[in-house]
Amino acid sequence: MIEPYGAHSLAANMPRASAYLAVVGAIVRKDLAVEWRSRQLLASMLVFALLVILIFNFALELDAAARSELSAGVLWATFAFAGTLGLNRSMAMENDSRALDGLLLAPVDRSAIYFGKALANVSFMLLVALFTLPVYSILYNVDLFNAGLLLVLVLGAWGYSAIGTLLAAMAMQARSREVLLPVLLFPLLLPVLIAAVRASGFFLEGLALAYIWPSLNLLIVYAVTMPALGYMFFDFIVEE
Amino acid sequence: MIAARGLGKRFGYRLVLESVNLKVNPGELVVLLGPNGAGKSTLLRILASLSRPTFGEVEVAGSRFPQQAAAARAQIGFLGHKPMLHEDLSARQNLIFYASLYGVKRPDARIKELLNLFDLDPRRHEPVRTFSRGMQQRLAVARAMLHRPKVLLLDEPHSGLDREAITILDGLLRDLAKKGTTILLATHDLQVAQRLAQRVEVLAAGRLAASWRRRQLASRQFPSLYDRALRRAQLGGQHA
Amino acid sequence: MASNSVQPKPRLLSALDLTSVVLMLAATWMVFFYAPSAQPEAGGEAQRIFYFHVSTGWIGMAAFISAAVAGVVYLIRPNRKWDVFSVAAVEIGLVYSFINIATGSIWARPVWNTWWTWDPRLVTATVMQLTFLAYLLLRQSIEDPERRARFGAIYAILGSLTVPLTYLSIRIWRTIHPVVIGSGDPSAQGTFDMTPLMLQTLLFSLLAFTVFGLTLLWHRVRLGWLGEQVEQLRLKAMR
Repeated sequence: MIEPYGAHSLAANMPRASAYLAVVGAIVRKDLAVEWRSRQLLASMLVFALLVILIFNFALELDAAARSELSAGVLWATFAFAGTLGLNRSMAMENDSRALDGLLLAPVDRSAIYFGKALANVSFMLLVALFTLPVYSILYNVDLFNAGLLLVLVLGAWGYSAIGTLLAAMAMQARSREVLLPVLLFPLLLPVLIAAVRASGFFLEGLALAYIWPSLNLLIVYAVTMPALGYMFFDFIVEE
Repeated sequence: MIAARGLGKRFGYRLVLESVNLKVNPGELVVLLGPNGAGKSTLLRILASLSRPTFGEVEVAGSRFPQQAAAARAQIGFLGHKPMLHEDLSARQNLIFYASLYGVKRPDARIKELLNLFDLDPRRHEPVRTFSRGMQQRLAVARAMLHRPKVLLLDEPHSGLDREAITILDGLLRDLAKKGTTILLATHDLQVAQRLAQRVEVLAAGRLAASWRRRQLASRQFPSLYDRALRRAQLGGQHA
Repeated sequence: MASNSVQPKPRLLSALDLTSVVLMLAATWMVFFYAPSAQPEAGGEAQRIFYFHVSTGWIGMAAFISAAVAGVVYLIRPNRKWDVFSVAAVEIGLVYSFINIATGSIWARPVWNTWWTWDPRLVTATVMQLTFLAYLLLRQSIEDPERRARFGAIYAILGSLTVPLTYLSIRIWRTIHPVVIGSGDPSAQGTFDMTPLMLQTLLFSLLAFTVFGLTLLWHRVRLGWLGEQVEQLRLKAMR
């Protein structure tokens, strides 16, 4: 049986639980530190998001009534596209001077790298959302301060990041990687996006939970299964 | 400390390493000598668990790969072709990050010690991007030794270093070997071999071609012996 | 790895070629002459396409799932044959699924009065199609054959999660897609009850399409395996 390097044998990893978490934390902190120094990524994601919203405004010619109905869709389409910028940058930074090798040398299970990266990516997405939502709210006079919406945002962003980090690791090793990532990502992401848009929309309209539940359920299922799949497959993707 | 049996590596359709049997005992300083393209980097990467061998077995620091690779990595320090540094972060931040990956105890003291040793302390807060090639290389060597590994795998560590730095590095390596660190150093430079090696293994065209002890290195005929070994290896590889 | 020689076309495969042609002709005859017409609300004569539609739909999905299963096996025991099988299964699956979508569209025109609608089941069928097209694009972008096989396997596994989602989507969302088998909204436009003759026709169509699909798969696997052997010879020559 082929085992990925640093395979998940419990005996080897049990006393290493704290080492594992330390590595995950170190990677998240490192990604945030790199971003803090250059602020390149967040700025581009933010500007990109706002531009996309603007484009939708003119492309769809939304009047006030239509806007509140379509807000969920516009917002999620925006996040979906802006998210790919984050994913690309996140994996590309490890390509410079082969920093990824440095991560692979860490004496823990390689999935720690996956979770570290995925958590960093979801943090960036949520940060972008944090700025985008109020701006949208003001520009279009739509009240977006909704607990349900925030829940959907967190779940959706986490599912996105979980599958996106895995695929970005794959795309990084292929030709035409910036184009390949969206092509690989969006078909797998569509169910999550659909559920997120529906759930967000329903929450904004104030519908009963029973109505929203199927979509929310799907989001939760994805938020749990995608990281599990990432955990299983990341080793196979980064090994040489 | 390092044992490779029947090691082979194939990339797609290219056979890069073949039937490599290598043994390095604890505290030995062995130089892996060979021309560019011989497979030295590939061999080191396999021993560092960054690459999976296509054939054969590897055991480093008492751990067999792949099952116990994660455990072995705690004892391995690796320096590759590229420095594996995050260019947007400062020298100190890079070392802090790696220290947390390896769980180094009392990291601040250890980092300060290494920064001083490699004369990087004055510029420790500046981004690595602004460092010269030689400075980046020094930092990379520091990173490899940060966690006091029992095994050091170094790929052309002297490249880019000026005379002074070379002297410091040589002294450091001899010192570490004396104190029990096992060192495998890859280079194409005969002089490095003559200065440092207790034993030389010649790698050419993916195979181990010759093995010499220190006494033989001092002889004036060493360079021509080396040439002959290389030629034999090229010829040997040509009959398919 | 085994055989170095090019194997001549197996007799069984030739027999299968003939059998699948015969079965497909027979199924077509049954669809047009044996099965009764459906009610006008279900499309009348146009409803006959249902037999092709359902057969290709299920077999397409089965093809994708088997590609994913082969992917799992490859990850556990990396043997090129599983990879060759995966690619072949995905290609067959794409063709069958495309026929599924196209026949659905042809039926929809007279019944729903539109070629296409953004109904959940159609959306997820499209997603499935796009996913496995992406699978082929992914493979094209990777040069190293071992990595290509590994990544392909992983993506096929990930992609096959959209297949049960396609099936479950009727439960999760309201849909206008008719549900002929199983529970669902009976008021969905175009629903009809199957008479015994219809059921027989459906089962026979399934059989015909399955045999045809397996024949195609075998041919495609042989082609892929020949390709692998060429690469192996090249490898030996390059040493």
